[in-house]
Amino acid sequence: MKKLLSMLLALAMLLTCMVAFSACGDEAANNSGELTLENVKVGAIYITSQNDTAGYTFAHHNGITTAMEKLGIPAENLYIVDNVAEDDTAVSNAIDTLAGKGCNIIFGISFGYLNAMNDAAAKEEYANIAFSHATGYLANETNFNNYFGRIYQARYLAGIAAGLKSLELGNDALGYVAAYGTEYAETCSGINAFTMGALSVNPNAQVYVKTINAWADETMEKQAAESLINTYNVCVIAQHCDSAQPQLVAANAGVFGCGYNSDMTEQAPTSHITAPIWNWDVYYAEAIKAAVNAPASEFVNNIGIYYGGLKEGFVDISPINAAAASEGTEEIVSLVKDLIISGEWDVFSGVKLSYTQDADGNWTIVKTDADLVTNTGEVIVTAGGASVDDGVIKGSMNYYVAGVVAE
Amino acid sequence: MNNEALGIFINFLFSIVVYSIPLLYGTVGEIITEKSGSLNLGVEGTMAIGGVAGYIIGCSTNSVTVGILAAMLFGALCGLVFSFLTVTLQANQNVTGLTMTTFGLGVYFFIGNGLASSGKWPIMTEHSAIINSWEAKIPFLSNIPIIGKILFSYNIFVYLAVIIAIVAYLYMKYTKMGLKMRAIGENPAAADSLGVNVIAYKYIHIMLGSAIMGIGGLYMGLNLGGSFEGSTCWINGYGWIAIALVIFAGWNTAYAILGTLVFGFFNTLQVYNTDLAYAFPNVLGWLSKIPPHLFKALPFIITAIVLVAASIRKKKNPNEPSACGINYYREDR
Repeated sequence: MKKLLSMLLALAMLLTCMVAFSACGDEAANNSGELTLENVKVGAIYITSQNDTAGYTFAHHNGITTAMEKLGIPAENLYIVDNVAEDDTAVSNAIDTLAGKGCNIIFGISFGYLNAMNDAAAKEEYANIAFSHATGYLANETNFNNYFGRIYQARYLAGIAAGLKSLELGNDALGYVAAYGTEYAETCSGINAFTMGALSVNPNAQVYVKTINAWADETMEKQAAESLINTYNVCVIAQHCDSAQPQLVAANAGVFGCGYNSDMTEQAPTSHITAPIWNWDVYYAEAIKAAVNAPASEFVNNIGIYYGGLKEGFVDISPINAAAASEGTEEIVSLVKDLIISGEWDVFSGVKLSYTQDADGNWTIVKTDADLVTNTGEVIVTAGGASVDDGVIKGSMNYYVAGVVAE
Repeated sequence: MNNEALGIFINFLFSIVVYSIPLLYGTVGEIITEKSGSLNLGVEGTMAIGGVAGYIIGCSTNSVTVGILAAMLFGALCGLVFSFLTVTLQANQNVTGLTMTTFGLGVYFFIGNGLASSGKWPIMTEHSAIINSWEAKIPFLSNIPIIGKILFSYNIFVYLAVIIAIVAYLYMKYTKMGLKMRAIGENPAAADSLGVNVIAYKYIHIMLGSAIMGIGGLYMGLNLGGSFEGSTCWINGYGWIAIALVIFAGWNTAYAILGTLVFGFFNTLQVYNTDLAYAFPNVLGWLSKIPPHLFKALPFIITAIVLVAASIRKKKNPNEPSACGINYYREDR
């Protein structure tokens, strides 16, 4: 009996080996063959679950799947490791898993993945894999880049919509619930751009900022929005935080709002004006194409450090909600959008925008040279100077512009 | 003090109560559980399950009362699972509690994402009775200036929580059942030898405590407008703070009311610091100069100080149940 069992066991082991070797053969065949959109394997590392129906991971997952669909890549070629904490060991394990599946490009969506991804990209055995990291600042010259976007351009447009609302209501106070303040160029540039957009239509506008020191904390977001309305009597609530709570509070209090990340008109149908949004699929499609068209060592050469804006369609604002927006919003916003897309002008420059309407009701943009000044009176860009978008990309923007009230 | 500044201050006080009451549900539930000799670390998960079940069932029947009962029922079911594992099967209480938290949050996201992806997640504003009950105020009394807003303008859950805390205090202190239950928490073998049905008492009180936690979960959900955000949970760590508050309150449900408000004060201060500085620039202007990270840490610093102070006293808190966290195995007597 024992003999029989051991023979069976040996047979089973032999079979397993054969299956494994034949699998290796497949893999090898795959790798030696031409990489195409049909056989490219995409890997993704998510901070929360791939089954989320809203939030950060959802936005990226949606972006990757949309991009793959557009490129005609079969859905089963996407390999995901989700619920990966911002912990180097956990991220390395996820990368090993995805590399083991034969992924040709690996996306990591959370800031804290940066060191693990940087280390993995430097490994010789992973030299044929392209690594791409969202919101970070590390990269190498061959197979590891990072990507983010000029969301401040969209926030400027939202600021215009909010400023027009404040003019209509005769209330110059606007509120802004922010995850963080000047600590991060991402939040800081958003607040500044929103304020400058509002000031371009309402020179008396004041933006009251409430920071909650957390990227996602629904309770605090709600409480902060309430305090802005109760204390400063703001008429529009803008936000740089994950949940729709500030918009729900605005709707409940009878004021207006500009959401973030998704079209929050769904949550606040009569009070939400427009929201700055990301079209992550724009980048994901570019990156996957870059990974397919050239070897991984050329990846960074082809795509570079990606920092798309309105022009690329990477950021945008959600459709303006006619039920909440003031007259002229659609017209002015589309004028400014075209101006930014043309590349002639950008937000943080020494040129201020204002708008005039002729007798036929057509709006035109008026450009005026003016210093870009912080709310403590320091001049950042002299009148007519070029935009300091470097400060946003490299993360050195740490001041509020005039018009922001943060205390 | 001008009227505007006074208004801001009143809003601050109001906000403290509204946002910290869920902690009271969690704390009272945990005190009842611990006093009967079990340490349930699954508060977060129990609140999540009670909250999501109470919300969905409450919305589908368009009744807050049904919602509360459902939250209690599902909270109690979590308690039943915990009791079965720890009382009957003698599983380690710490591990089982942590498991309940993981399990509860998992169920929350499973149900939430499932309903949201098929567009069936109930929208609170579409359920008039829920909105009306949530926003209902005590008539007449809530119209009194100042006092009305500070004392009589809350939703019914706030008063319910205070009533439950006081009733629990009276129950544990003055009733025979409460005495027997405390005896189990101190020395289950002694209670058993006196004829107290230890197993039944443990089951009942763990389930009762969990049912109360469930209402707290429903409160958090309703307070956030029943909005499901995909990757964040309504409870957001409040369950863990509730466990810390048990020690803060010295296992006394009446003190828990005070402890909740103290904790809520610091929690709310991190949002309202700039508002108070704006309202009282001369007296409280310094508030806006304090780094926000300190405010974030304050509630925990205070808890740490209380714990250190308690241990410096050297004498053990007489209210701390001696047998809490230790499984009772009858054959060991």
